[in-house]
Amino acid sequence: MVDAVLFVIVATTAVAGALGVVMARNPVYSAMGLLATMFSLAVAYVVHLAHFVAFVQVIVYAGAVMTLFLFVIMLIGVDRSEDTSESLPAQRLLVILLTGLIAGIAGILFFAVGFEWVGPDPASLSPSGTIEALSTELFAGWLLPVLSTALLLTISAVGALTLAYFRPTRRTP
Amino acid sequence: MIVTSGWYLTLAAVLFVIGAIGLLVRRNALIMFMAIELMLNAVNLTFVAAGHRIGTLDGQVAVFFVLVVAAAEVAVGLAIIVAVFRQRRTASVDELSDLRG
Amino acid sequence: MAESIWIVIAAPLAGAVLLHFFGRWLGEPGSGWLATLTVGVAFGFAFTAAIPFFQGTGEPQSVVLYSWMPAVGATFELLWDPLSALMALVVTGVGGLIHLFSIGYMHGDERFGRFFTYLNLFVASMLILVLADNFAVLFLGWELVGLCSYLLISFWFTRPAAAVAGKKAFVVNRIGDLGFVVAVMLIFASFGTLSFSDVFANAPDVLSAGGAAAIGVLLLLGAAGKSAQLPLHVWLPDAMEGPTPVSALIHAATMVTAGVYMIARVSPIYELAPTASAVVAIVGALTALFAATIAFTQTDIKRVLAFSTISQLGYMFMAVGVAGYVAGAFHLMTHAFFKGLLFLGAGSVMHALAGEQNMHRMGGLFRRMPVTALTMAVAALAIVGIPPLSGFWSKDDILAVVFGQGDWYYLLWALGILTATVTAFYMTRQYLLVFAGRPRWEEGAEPHESPLVMTAPLVVLAVLAFFGGLVNTPFSPGLEHFLEPSFEGVTVSHPSTGTLVPLAIVVLLAEAVGVAAAALVYLGPVAARVRLLGRVRGAWEAIRAGYHIDELYAAAVASPGEQAAVWAAFAFDARGVDGVVNGVARVVGRLGATVRPLQTGYVRNYALGIAVGATGLAVWLLARGL
Repeated sequence: MVDAVLFVIVATTAVAGALGVVMARNPVYSAMGLLATMFSLAVAYVVHLAHFVAFVQVIVYAGAVMTLFLFVIMLIGVDRSEDTSESLPAQRLLVILLTGLIAGIAGILFFAVGFEWVGPDPASLSPSGTIEALSTELFAGWLLPVLSTALLLTISAVGALTLAYFRPTRRTP
Repeated sequence: MIVTSGWYLTLAAVLFVIGAIGLLVRRNALIMFMAIELMLNAVNLTFVAAGHRIGTLDGQVAVFFVLVVAAAEVAVGLAIIVAVFRQRRTASVDELSDLRG
Repeated sequence: MAESIWIVIAAPLAGAVLLHFFGRWLGEPGSGWLATLTVGVAFGFAFTAAIPFFQGTGEPQSVVLYSWMPAVGATFELLWDPLSALMALVVTGVGGLIHLFSIGYMHGDERFGRFFTYLNLFVASMLILVLADNFAVLFLGWELVGLCSYLLISFWFTRPAAAVAGKKAFVVNRIGDLGFVVAVMLIFASFGTLSFSDVFANAPDVLSAGGAAAIGVLLLLGAAGKSAQLPLHVWLPDAMEGPTPVSALIHAATMVTAGVYMIARVSPIYELAPTASAVVAIVGALTALFAATIAFTQTDIKRVLAFSTISQLGYMFMAVGVAGYVAGAFHLMTHAFFKGLLFLGAGSVMHALAGEQNMHRMGGLFRRMPVTALTMAVAALAIVGIPPLSGFWSKDDILAVVFGQGDWYYLLWALGILTATVTAFYMTRQYLLVFAGRPRWEEGAEPHESPLVMTAPLVVLAVLAFFGGLVNTPFSPGLEHFLEPSFEGVTVSHPSTGTLVPLAIVVLLAEAVGVAAAALVYLGPVAARVRLLGRVRGAWEAIRAGYHIDELYAAAVASPGEQAAVWAAFAFDARGVDGVVNGVARVVGRLGATVRPLQTGYVRNYALGIAVGATGLAVWLLARGL
């Protein structure tokens, strides 16, 4: 019972937020929608006993990444409405067709298998995703990737700095 | 009705599709980027749900890495958008179509 | 001694190589002396090696130098027998004298050294040809002398006429070579070997009459090309563009005789094919008369001699066509003496008159150049056939052999007699125009006798032309005995003295008529000559142009060839081949242009593409899975 209610809340919020991202005129509204989606997903992670991931989701994703997004929106000053007419020929049509296609495939699959398309859950629960468990897993088996990601973050920071300070040289036309 | 992982996986799929459509339809670079973030989040949900179902922590490990890479990507991507905006004074990707045949 | 006969070839070949690298450094006249020396060494060695044959005790000997591809008959082997000894002696002897002459004649030419390189190379090539013991080596020498002929004819290649003449000689030779090569292929197919000894020994067993005839006629084609017989004679008059020593050596004394030598060498096959031999004789007789008639219309001193050479070669072909191999070889030898002398004498005259070649601008040179005049008189008498000079003996030998065949060969004999008359006429005409009468040369030219280095060979050749015939008179047929080992199995007809004497008298009468007629016309007043010419102008001009055979070939062969070349170059290549290539490029370009609109430059279009592809892939995977 609780699971069902939880799921409904999570699903509704997530989908609403997603639709908000895609359909809002104002980029700030889109950012808000994305934030809602992220929070609901954090709840979903907790349901799946991925506690640490949920924390990181809120702190990093919702806290840092979205903040960065909002900063850039402010910087660029794009708060005007965007022109809704489609400039590229056939793009809209093809997208609608694609969506129809995907929906059709999904529908077929559902009618064939039902929601039970993954099958019933196993009886035993997965280990809890606590910090100790996850860090043991990470640093024991995935040490090299972890350190690589550290390097990656450093590089991206440096890259972002370089791009930010890039000043195009004036060229006489 | 028992809520199985199937439900969450379906939710993730729906979010992914919404993100993809948003990427294809919107012109504003920032909003396209947010759609990409949406897709990444959907993938994260898939990983966690599937990992939970299988019974290992591998799903969460994957999510960890996806999160890191997404963060790095956002940093650099937004820096690019800022740099482009300084040059072209536009955030519409349709204006950036010089590399054409 | 005979095992080292390759030295005869090696000496001038080494000379050619040395002169090629050091000719310029040696300079004038050093390179000329070196070249003469190598030929002299070759002569000396050949002479020494031939002594057993002189004594009648020698046996033909085969020397294998290098076995290259025995399976296809390509070994480098040499044959030393009386026939090849005779040829080698003539080539090196007369060749050496001409080398000596050239030292004086080519004085001042800036490519002096290169000239002697080519001359030495030619002597070496000709020796390879005559010393060959199989058809492969023979062909090697054959082609090499053709090459040297080309190089030497177009020696002054900056003159367009010389370059064209060289090309013409090579191309016409090539046509003859086609016959030669096919014949060699037939021989290899029939015998499985190319070695002379094997082929000739087994010829009666292996070859049918038809096969022998085919080979004989094909070889005749090759010989006709090399020896300028009808219908492949057109290159020889043009070959006079080369320096006069070249004309003397290659186009009188040696290379053009290669065809005669070849037929004589292949006598065992011709013995099996009387039809082919008859064709040879007919070709020879017709050519002899044909060329003689053209000779007396020419005004260029060298062209007269060129046509004369073609005519005398016709005599030699007549001889070997009736199995008169000895007579043919005899005339070959005497012809080398007197024709070589005639050419060198002409060169001497041209040298004195600063290159003048038109006989109508000579005259009265007897007093100015006595040595040249006297030696040329000897040569003229020899070629006309006045006893006791060499030409008398050799020409009568040929006519006697032909007469002795009987039947329709009397017709050929008659042609030979007629040719003798015409020969006498044009030779007398030439001599009178050049040496007798009043001087008609340019004002200011001071003709004087040539230097010793040029007159000495003239004198030597004159002696040979005078006394050379005595080696084979009917009273003492020395040459016949000499050549016996080479022509075993050939029966030579010996007409009785009763027949020979009347024959000789007939020939002499014919020649006398010719001489008298020429003397009448050319010692008489010029006005009478001009009137006479006016009456026969049309025919005269036609004959002078070689009966327009050159024009015929140009229209029938050269012109279609040129049109074909033009078509190939401009139609087929430019439009066809280029069209295909360009067409491919155009197609590729259009293909690219068609595909290019896919690159819109819009990220969203690309994203759509990715989405579609990914969806398709997912569907496919699901379909497989389910």
